[in-house]
Amino acid sequence: MNGPLSRRNFLRTGLATFCATLIGTHAEKTAARDFEGYHQSKGVLVDLTRCIGCRSCEAACNKEQGLPPPETGFDDPSVFQLDEHGQPRRPDDRAYTVVNRYETEFADHPLFRKIQCNHCLEPACLTACFVNAYTKTPEGAVIYDADVCVGCRTCMIACPFSIPAFKYSSAFEPRIMKCIFCYDTRLVNGLPPACVEACPTEALTFGERETLLRIGRKRIRERPNRYVDHVYGEHEAGGTAWLYLSGVPHDEVGFDMDVPKQPIITYVKDFLAIVPMVLTIWPALFAGFHLLASREQKTIETNHASQEDSHESTGQ
Amino acid sequence: MKALVNEAPGLPIDRSRKDHASSWNVREKLLLGLSVRDYLAQMMRNPVNWVLAAILLLGIPLLGQRYLFGLATVTHGSQDYPWGLLLGFGLFGMVPLSASGFLLSTAVEIFHRKDFLPIERLALLNGLLGYFFAVIYLLVDLGMPWRLTYPMVVSFGPAAVLFLVAWHVATYLSVQIAEMVPAFAEWVGWPAAKRWIKSIALGLTIAGIILSTLHQGALGALFCYAPAKIHPLWMSPEFLWLHFFCSSIFAGLCMVIIVSTLLKHFMAWRCDDRFLDNLDRITIGLAKGSAYAMITYLVIKLVAIAHDQEWQYLITGWGFYYLLELGIGVVLPMVMFARGVRNHNVAILRFGALIAVLGIIWNRLNTVLVAYNWRHYQELPTWQETWIVFTVLAFYFIIYRFILYRLPVVFAWKQP
Repeated sequence: MNGPLSRRNFLRTGLATFCATLIGTHAEKTAARDFEGYHQSKGVLVDLTRCIGCRSCEAACNKEQGLPPPETGFDDPSVFQLDEHGQPRRPDDRAYTVVNRYETEFADHPLFRKIQCNHCLEPACLTACFVNAYTKTPEGAVIYDADVCVGCRTCMIACPFSIPAFKYSSAFEPRIMKCIFCYDTRLVNGLPPACVEACPTEALTFGERETLLRIGRKRIRERPNRYVDHVYGEHEAGGTAWLYLSGVPHDEVGFDMDVPKQPIITYVKDFLAIVPMVLTIWPALFAGFHLLASREQKTIETNHASQEDSHESTGQ
Repeated sequence: MKALVNEAPGLPIDRSRKDHASSWNVREKLLLGLSVRDYLAQMMRNPVNWVLAAILLLGIPLLGQRYLFGLATVTHGSQDYPWGLLLGFGLFGMVPLSASGFLLSTAVEIFHRKDFLPIERLALLNGLLGYFFAVIYLLVDLGMPWRLTYPMVVSFGPAAVLFLVAWHVATYLSVQIAEMVPAFAEWVGWPAAKRWIKSIALGLTIAGIILSTLHQGALGALFCYAPAKIHPLWMSPEFLWLHFFCSSIFAGLCMVIIVSTLLKHFMAWRCDDRFLDNLDRITIGLAKGSAYAMITYLVIKLVAIAHDQEWQYLITGWGFYYLLELGIGVVLPMVMFARGVRNHNVAILRFGALIAVLGIIWNRLNTVLVAYNWRHYQELPTWQETWIVFTVLAFYFIIYRFILYRLPVVFAWKQP
């Protein structure tokens, strides 16, 4: 591209850059700024002070979702022991929900906590997925489409609660495994998920999220000695469909209090915002650099040539 | 190879015509003008090939095991560490080392630094192969590798950072293939293809800058999805993409220094005088550029700590480890570069480049494996996963060498 920048060249280069830009502009549309979740979407209020660790919910979930049988029975207390990494159990490709036991100085008896997908209002897994395999339904469930999933596992990185699990054991039909709020079998019909129905102590309450928040605050207000004044999930990760009341500080029973209060996508928006800037400014900037550099080059060459000419005419 | 080349007339092949009467045919070009027996003999004589064979002998069955029986049979199959060594090294490590292509084409095409011309094609090839093999690593690690094209044709998640990475890496691979077309066109003798690419070279280069800025940064931004999982010193929602982008600049330049050093020592028969005579001067130029990128990187790292008020972490064990990574991986090579450039000591520059490249890989592994889940536990990769990483790296080496032997990358294709 040493020659003079002809109109033809300019158009051609410009077109090439424009095409590259077009390909790039499939990028990044951020979610609506003030999305606060679907109205009348459903949720579950978990009252940990009522949980007795019977694991009926685990058994019900296993049956409802057709998951593989557990390694030991649902009455085996040895599952409460920590694993070789010192970690309690987590939902994985064989169990969508697990109950863990916690010993804490705040209570004279062991406490239990059920874990499953919290069905965020603005789910990190959904916003991180590059093939749109996740959907937040108006009913409140975060569901997953195994037919488009590529298996990149970014959702597992993104989930602040470390819920999605991958079926690594399968070579030909691997997939993400996670709680779907019993969406297709129950939630679409307005029914509570299997775990809620199975709970013998009414530790789990199914209903509209707004209503559940009111019930939760009411319980805290009426019995301030029984509850910590915090509904986990009201604001965590931008709000979740599953909400938790606890009698001891939530971090004592395994809740991650470092989970940000904003939706996870907030942390990525800074980068997403620079994408269109780079796409639009870089072509002009670097084409400009090129013009400046080649102009300077030309000036040097011209000067050089004219100097040589003046010193001595070299002929042909 | 060196001996063979010196014996036979007309070798190594560096022009289309064999002699006045005939041209080299494709078979001769592929066999480097040797007979099949000579070619195999030189292969067997090379001890490097035996090391490669040993790696592949175990590595290929391991790859087969991964595809037939699942990822869990070769990796931890960890739910807590969804990205392991395969991506930590293969994607997050290989991509910054491959920034060389856009950097050198920017220097030459945009800024008219014709003094870097002898190394431009090597940088482009290094970039192309690095990206290509990052995709290979991805194909090993993805759960459903046969769906690699889904984000392009089947289902779109345009708000995801990985969507941008996928599109940009795919587009940039095409750009880099186009940028390598001139070398290939000379080799097979299609001058028209070369002329056409030359006419759009500026557009390709600018597209390369855009795509590189964005996806090098996007690889960092991917971790912003896990703000609470990664240790705060390695996590900065505002600046992480800049850290990744800025460090890719010196990573790419240092990788070119390393590859060119290897060529000078082990493949001098293939390099022409224009390459060999200019290499020391070019190395000094590359090191100077790296040093500028390094100081910029260090300052942005500092800005991130100041911005997030993370000074107190620096006096913890994690802080010590963080400073160790920066000290050995960036500050040390930067000082070596400063001294080497001042004293024209090219050996120290080459050694510094090696440290810097290892430092970048260390940084990416720290982000993916060490600082990730820092409040819980760390996991060492399985030996099978590690072996697969080296297996793919062996393929990378073989293809890299195959191309350098043949295409006019470090030598000029002569007119007949």
